[in-house]
Amino acid sequence: MINAILVFNNHGKPRLVRFYQHLAEEVQQQIIRETFHLVLKRDDHICNFLECGSLFGGSDYKLIYRHYATLYFVFCVDSSESELGILDLIQVFVETLDKCFENVCELDLIFHMDKVHHILQEVVIGGMVLETNMNEIVAQVEAQSKLEKAEGGLSAAPSRAVSAVKNINLPEIPRNINIGDINIKVPNLSQFM
Amino acid sequence: QDNIAVKANAVCKLTYLQMLGYDISWAAFNIIEVMSASKFTFKRIGYLAASQCFHEGTDVIMLTTNQIRKDLSSPNQYDTGVALTGLSCFVTPDLARDLANDIMTLMSHTKPYIRKKAVLIMYKVFLKYPESLRPAFPRLKEKLEDPDPGVQSAAVNVICELARRNPKNYLSLAPLFFKLMTSSTNNWVLIKIIKLFGALTPLEPRLGKKLIEPLTNLIHRFLISLSSGMPNHSASIQLCVQKLRILIEDSDQNLKYLGLLAMSKILKTHPKSVQSHKDLILQCLDDKDESIRLRALDLLYGMVSKKNLMEIVKKLMIHVDKAEGTTYRDELLTKIIDICSQSNYQYITNFEWYISILVELTRLEGTRHGHLIAAQMLDVAIRVKAIRKFAVSQMAMLLDNAHLIASNTQRNGICEVLYAAAWICGEFSEHLEEANQTLEAMLRPKVTTLPGHIQAVYVQNMVKLYASILQQKEQSGEKEAAQEITQLMIERLPQFVQSADLEVQERASCILQLIKYIQKLQIKEVPVAEEVIALFAGELNPVAPKAQKKVPVPEGLDLDAWINEPPSDSESEDEKPKTIFHDEEQRHSRHRQPEIDEEELARRREARKQEQANNPFYIKSSPSPQKRYQDTPGVEHIPVVQIDLSVPLKVPGMPMSDQYVKLEEERRHKQKLEKDKKKKKQKKEKRGKHHRHNSLHTESEEDIAPAHHVDIITEEMPENALPSDEDDKDPNDPYKALDIDLDKPLADSEKLPVQRHRNVETLKSPDSEAPLVEKKSKKPKKKEKKHKEKERDKGKKKEKEKKVIEEEEEKKVILQDLHYVRNCCYGPYLLLCSSVTYDIQGNLQNDSQVTVSVIFENKSTSFLKSMELNVLDSLNTKMLRPEGSSVHDGIPVPFQLPPGISNEAQFVFTLQSIVMAQKLKGTLSFIVKNDEGSTHEKLDFKLHFSCASYLITTPCYSDAFAKLLESGDLHMSSIKVDGISISFQHLLAKICFHHHFSVVERVDSCASMYSRSIQGHHVCLLVKKGENSVSIDGKCNDSTLLSNLLDEMKETLSKC
Repeated sequence: MINAILVFNNHGKPRLVRFYQHLAEEVQQQIIRETFHLVLKRDDHICNFLECGSLFGGSDYKLIYRHYATLYFVFCVDSSESELGILDLIQVFVETLDKCFENVCELDLIFHMDKVHHILQEVVIGGMVLETNMNEIVAQVEAQSKLEKAEGGLSAAPSRAVSAVKNINLPEIPRNINIGDINIKVPNLSQFM
Repeated sequence: QDNIAVKANAVCKLTYLQMLGYDISWAAFNIIEVMSASKFTFKRIGYLAASQCFHEGTDVIMLTTNQIRKDLSSPNQYDTGVALTGLSCFVTPDLARDLANDIMTLMSHTKPYIRKKAVLIMYKVFLKYPESLRPAFPRLKEKLEDPDPGVQSAAVNVICELARRNPKNYLSLAPLFFKLMTSSTNNWVLIKIIKLFGALTPLEPRLGKKLIEPLTNLIHRFLISLSSGMPNHSASIQLCVQKLRILIEDSDQNLKYLGLLAMSKILKTHPKSVQSHKDLILQCLDDKDESIRLRALDLLYGMVSKKNLMEIVKKLMIHVDKAEGTTYRDELLTKIIDICSQSNYQYITNFEWYISILVELTRLEGTRHGHLIAAQMLDVAIRVKAIRKFAVSQMAMLLDNAHLIASNTQRNGICEVLYAAAWICGEFSEHLEEANQTLEAMLRPKVTTLPGHIQAVYVQNMVKLYASILQQKEQSGEKEAAQEITQLMIERLPQFVQSADLEVQERASCILQLIKYIQKLQIKEVPVAEEVIALFAGELNPVAPKAQKKVPVPEGLDLDAWINEPPSDSESEDEKPKTIFHDEEQRHSRHRQPEIDEEELARRREARKQEQANNPFYIKSSPSPQKRYQDTPGVEHIPVVQIDLSVPLKVPGMPMSDQYVKLEEERRHKQKLEKDKKKKKQKKEKRGKHHRHNSLHTESEEDIAPAHHVDIITEEMPENALPSDEDDKDPNDPYKALDIDLDKPLADSEKLPVQRHRNVETLKSPDSEAPLVEKKSKKPKKKEKKHKEKERDKGKKKEKEKKVIEEEEEKKVILQDLHYVRNCCYGPYLLLCSSVTYDIQGNLQNDSQVTVSVIFENKSTSFLKSMELNVLDSLNTKMLRPEGSSVHDGIPVPFQLPPGISNEAQFVFTLQSIVMAQKLKGTLSFIVKNDEGSTHEKLDFKLHFSCASYLITTPCYSDAFAKLLESGDLHMSSIKVDGISISFQHLLAKICFHHHFSVVERVDSCASMYSRSIQGHHVCLLVKKGENSVSIDGKCNDSTLLSNLLDEMKETLSKC
């Protein structure tokens, strides 16, 4: 079983977080931080496997990671998965992203986080590997985006959303969002552009 | 907001925020709203957000059940897919129970895309709802041979996960997997299958042999996973190890790592074949990669032997010095200790060396494992008698240099060793040479900065030391010195009396008083040493960690009984008494030693002596250590003082273990020479003179004899302890629940609950006569069979059913109505089916209601809608209708049925009396919609409420049962049925199942059974089986109910 899939950049900023068992948000962030520190220490020429001790709450777990340009792709798996198999799977996942986004870069992951998740859902569901054939994955993803387009897509939503927001007094949802934090993210993004 | 697009967009952003670590559970309800959007675009966003933030604790999750079910049966495969994906992340036991059947259906969906997802989700469902495993397994097995490779690999994946936890249940699938392995080309599937075989082979040795051939074909590609599933075959192991060596020598770090990993797996079964590659492994210790080093360490653990232990540990010690990063260093430290202490110090030949290694380890700064070292020191000192003298001298030195250990940092974990040092010095003070000096070291003011529990041990052991010094002085008549030492104690102890730690304070003040009293006696020149030393007489024995658990409970002792009646008010919740008790307990355990009474000690000593006499390896407490020293040259240089001088720059007094390595080597060399000599001698004079050596030969298979004849005292176990190895199992293991025998045919009671019900049972008893095999078949088929059976068995219903069949022929429409009555659940059971929504729960509290669950299945090709169910109420039984509707109104069925779909609805009935069986006539009206238009149709049916359906299986204890029978207010009735051929066991099972009874007691061919009706009638049965007949005597509060029940039972039995 795959326990978690984490993607973060060279500075430890999470870009994709997918836990297959529920953990509180603080714990998740803690794990991401610790994983980042573990992975960062290792240079590129040593092996891609890492025993993470009790980080995920069991000794059976292992981190398998790959480093692509500015991003780390980390899979946390237990002993029923083959190490080389997972390395291969990371490669497949990244290549699929590359195909779906045409030359994927970190920004794609930031701006299309939902799409990345949808692609991931075609590869791994519930911690188990669903499909390893890239063509099949890409075909399914494309069929779904076609369906989305036929419906008008979410891309149409922002414009509608803007008008909707204009028409209402401050909506309920944004009230709970800490806007300061969002602003902090912006300079961070520009660093990697 | 009204605009779903805005909402979806917001939810999408929330998902992003969740990733950054913000809790978004407050938006759960909004997420559900987006999930239920009709557009795929929005639905997908909703499910994504849900999968990220929903979990078992999310309370709104039960609102999603119907939405998910709707999506699962959506005609759009991507809707279904998205729902499945979401479900995989947040499935709860309730959802699993409610949706298991729907997912089962999806496993045979026409689209492979859905099939493979459904198969994978089933694993999650099994985890949350283990009861579903057995009914679903046949279909899962089918999927192994699915035409689509994706589905196939999904099924393999799921079965592998299942088999990993409980392999023995999956042995029967081995041939199937064998076929898959030889035919499949998909690497993923192959890896998984090999992993699966890895789990299976230990259980079935024959499998190993069969596997060799295909595996050798695959060996190059799958070496790594192969090693985990390696058959027990020495030739292939050799080959494997050879290949692994090549891997480890490879420059690719990944392969190196995997090679080591595989090596460690082989090591477990074939240590010999790996041991020859020690050089390689030691090389890997120098690798720059921590992962690889750790793996190599793991390997070393299994590779040590008496011969190479010292060498390996020496290498490790060098690494400890070099290591940067505390985690790795700590890992090294624990490994060293693990390696040395494994299997009861089996590989240690020289304990002096080991002690000095431990002492050396204490120089490590900032390690967290101080307690580990301390525990080792204590263990060795207690269990290896011969080493005590040496250990004490080393510990005294440690105490002397305590400032070096403790002063570095307060939070330093290493100061734990002082605990061990103080205890060893105190306990074995008779071996101490410079007792005065040590005592002074322990009385230093600096000690008060140590943690409380260490100080407490200090205080306690000071007295032991003091006692032995006192005795020494008195014996040699140095009264002055004796008084001096007493004075010293009195001067220094107050610093401990002032301690903030209660434990220390108490002990110190207690001892201070004692010593003051001793001083008084001393002034009167009364010899006191004997009495003081008597305080600490006797010896401690190591006790096995599990010993306490294994002490059998004495007869007549009921641990659960209250000693005093518990206080009735809320006082018991007060926490205070608890903490006091806890404190006391701790003190007890520490003070235990002086409290052991003489008699007990004498008895123990006697027992031990006997044990020693029977133990061939035990050398009677002769002064053997000293003798041995003389035999082995160089060992006499050990004296502490000398070492003190030799390494002045290091911590003074810290011996270097290297010396011991050298000494040991010399010793071995000498021994070898001696032995060679002896051999020659033996040739000359057949019998060797050296008895000692003879005994050595017998002891170790290896050439090296240990330097000390070590008496490793086995840990004590209580007498008549029950040997049990199963006490380590964790009852809370979630996978335990999946340990289900899958080969047994499915029993009637096991089928997936349909919609809301956990315990759906057929109302009509004849119906459920369907043999087991039929139940095993697919769900739709089963229904068909049931349907036919119903037709066959139910005379009265025949006409109606025939009509239905005619309809089928004419219009190709057949609706099946299966009537399920769930026996109403009360009390705690209700909570189990927690997915029952609130209104129904309320109904069920009522003791005069039953719920009828009806499954509707559309077997036509048309669309059915506007279904309405109506029942003609009788005086006694009425259908519960919504308020305001008249008796003649039907209840609309809350769903529509597309072709080929089945669904379940429930209806609640109120009852006045339950003593009679009931039949209700009903009608189902619906609109059939097809290409030609829509028509209105009707279908008549009958609902049969048997008396048995009012009974609830209730367990009853035999004493309560006997009381019930004695009470005498029960009516009695009996029946006799002839021509029964089935076994008694089977017969009882039938009664239990169809009539909801439970067996109270069974003696030979006689059994008493019990059940209770929903209105609280007790029903007791006495079932006797004769040659060819069965007689049933029944007792019940209500005679009508009883006779009706017995009639029904007669009907059931006569069909046997």
